[in-house]
Amino acid sequence: MKIVAICGAGIGSSGILKVNAERVLQRLGLSATVVAADVSSVQRVAADAQVILTSAEFVEAIGSTRAETIVIENYFDTDELARKIEAAIG
Amino acid sequence: MTDNFDPADAALPPLADRAIVLQARADDWRDAVRLAGDALVDCGCATTEYTEAMVRMVDDHGPYIVIAPGLALAHARPGPEVRRDGLSVVTLATPVSFGHAHNDPVRVVIGLAVHAPDAHLTSVAALANVFNDSSAIQAIADATSRDQVRDILDARRPAS
Repeated sequence: MKIVAICGAGIGSSGILKVNAERVLQRLGLSATVVAADVSSVQRVAADAQVILTSAEFVEAIGSTRAETIVIENYFDTDELARKIEAAIG
Repeated sequence: MTDNFDPADAALPPLADRAIVLQARADDWRDAVRLAGDALVDCGCATTEYTEAMVRMVDDHGPYIVIAPGLALAHARPGPEVRRDGLSVVTLATPVSFGHAHNDPVRVVIGLAVHAPDAHLTSVAALANVFNDSSAIQAIADATSRDQVRDILDARRPAS
């Protein structure tokens, strides 16, 4: 299982998503690798991913992928992350 | 994440006085981002080009840096504009709209400069440790001293 966190720079906000997604996965007892990347590399990095975590601003730029794209509104709300990740892969 | 690193223990780097700007006035989101960039420049973490790169991220991609209600995480790519890893914290006297669908208006702007992508997960994990508590943004927005901000962030004063 692979999850990719996408933002504009591949650091910062996607890093927060990665760290909090890893915490949520542990809490849910799910196992997955979480990678942070910038939007320009999404097609390559997410080619073998099941889930993409990102903001609404990047959905169009991410375009069509085999992964399910999940929009996170509050990056620090681990309940929101848990709910959305569990719905996607739980 | 390396095997021997527990993100729950991550701490922020020391925050110099010049990295913390309280109750600043910003006319719009560009002003607010530039205040965070100026503070990174003032404490020797980045050049003014980095500030403009942070503004450009929002011009190019939209207000996605507003990652939680009231909080913008201003940042750009690692590169030569970053002199050393660092954070700045700006609180706004008057909240500013970034045009975000859910998390406007912004009262706290964190400026983040990182030298290399792999090395930044410690400070990012430390930010998560602080801000996963939903009361932290309001507490920083209301802080009246730099030491209050350091206390909330659990960040030390730099050795002088």
